[in-house]
Amino acid sequence: MALGFDISLAFLVVVLAAWTIQVHDTYSAVLAFVVFGLLVALIWVRLASVDVALTEAAIGSGVTGALLLSAAALLRPTESTVAPPGAAWCTAAGVVCAIITAGLGAIALLLPDPAPTLAPLAAANLPQSGLGNPVTGVLFVYRALDTLLEKVVLVLALVGVWSLAVDRLWGGIPALWPATCPDSTLTFLAQLLPSVGLMLGIYLCWTGADHPGGAFQGGALLTAMWLLVMLAGVRAAPATGLLSLRLLLVAGPTLFLVIGLSGFAIAGAFLAYPPGYGKPLIVVAEGALTLSIGVTLGLLAAGPAERAREP
Amino acid sequence: MTLALDLLTIVGVSAGCFFFVAGTVGLLRFPDALTRMHALTKADNLGLGLIVLGLLPQAAGLGHALKLVAIWLLAQVSAAVASQLIAGAVLRQRSAIWP
Repeated sequence: MALGFDISLAFLVVVLAAWTIQVHDTYSAVLAFVVFGLLVALIWVRLASVDVALTEAAIGSGVTGALLLSAAALLRPTESTVAPPGAAWCTAAGVVCAIITAGLGAIALLLPDPAPTLAPLAAANLPQSGLGNPVTGVLFVYRALDTLLEKVVLVLALVGVWSLAVDRLWGGIPALWPATCPDSTLTFLAQLLPSVGLMLGIYLCWTGADHPGGAFQGGALLTAMWLLVMLAGVRAAPATGLLSLRLLLVAGPTLFLVIGLSGFAIAGAFLAYPPGYGKPLIVVAEGALTLSIGVTLGLLAAGPAERAREP
Repeated sequence: MTLALDLLTIVGVSAGCFFFVAGTVGLLRFPDALTRMHALTKADNLGLGLIVLGLLPQAAGLGHALKLVAIWLLAQVSAAVASQLIAGAVLRQRSAIWP
């Protein structure tokens, strides 16, 4: 029964992937991609990787879907005037993708049995950190530097999006979707849902220390609620030049960096935690990161400034 | 008692699946956006509702049962709002074509 479910799930994902590639309309391709992400999240659940499943659903499907949708909406007016790529380009892209797929498949199939793993070592040393969720342990203890750099990259990506704005509009207000229209039903949802969504986002961040969840998943939920509120017109998008907004953006990475640097003084190494204080420090860093990730992702989806800031 | 609860689960989930199949058939067969949405809401509302009802006897405790009901309620809200928005878009499109 379970095998049948897994096989049909895998089959559906492959068919959906093929359909996403061959469909001509960008908008349909993005919708298919969002569904594809949700099905892949289901696969991660079947593989007992709930952390990865949550991230895939929230980031891979949700936030990326929102970014792609806004891109598709922007491209729509010019889409029909652009000539599709020629047969040579399509063949070249297909060949490169096929080689990558075959390479990944070969690596997965040719792994020695049992596969080389650091999991037992990681699990054996986890209790020292005071954390219960091994994924959070890897992210904030063993590979904390990667996690820190990842958050910095996110802010850099936002700087990249903002620099698309015209010079005189720098620090202005993002336009959000071009095709939004006020609707009382959407207003109702934007007033009702954030109470549930914000609570769930904070819970995901808080529970990440011991159960599946964490800063990225929680932050993505905050983003979703904020985007809903902005799209429904309940609250306007903030001016990108606001000092408080920019402080929020860097609060998480900065706090994480400060904790990391103070590791030199109190624990003898960068990003090291003193014994007994690992969990509280990680929870504080995660809280700040959740807020920063939520704001950064929301502004990424909102796009560059397109209106001047009111004086 | 367990048998009765299991029976309730089987009946509830099967009936829910029936509404999902019926809703999907409607989505594929009905002629325009509004009727297709009418079919989909049956799947979302009745289908998911019956499946949740069927799963309630299998919940590990009151907390799990409440979570299941919360999932159904959230899906209800999102389905209701999404169908209102789509219907609104359809109406605007129609009045743009036939003013």
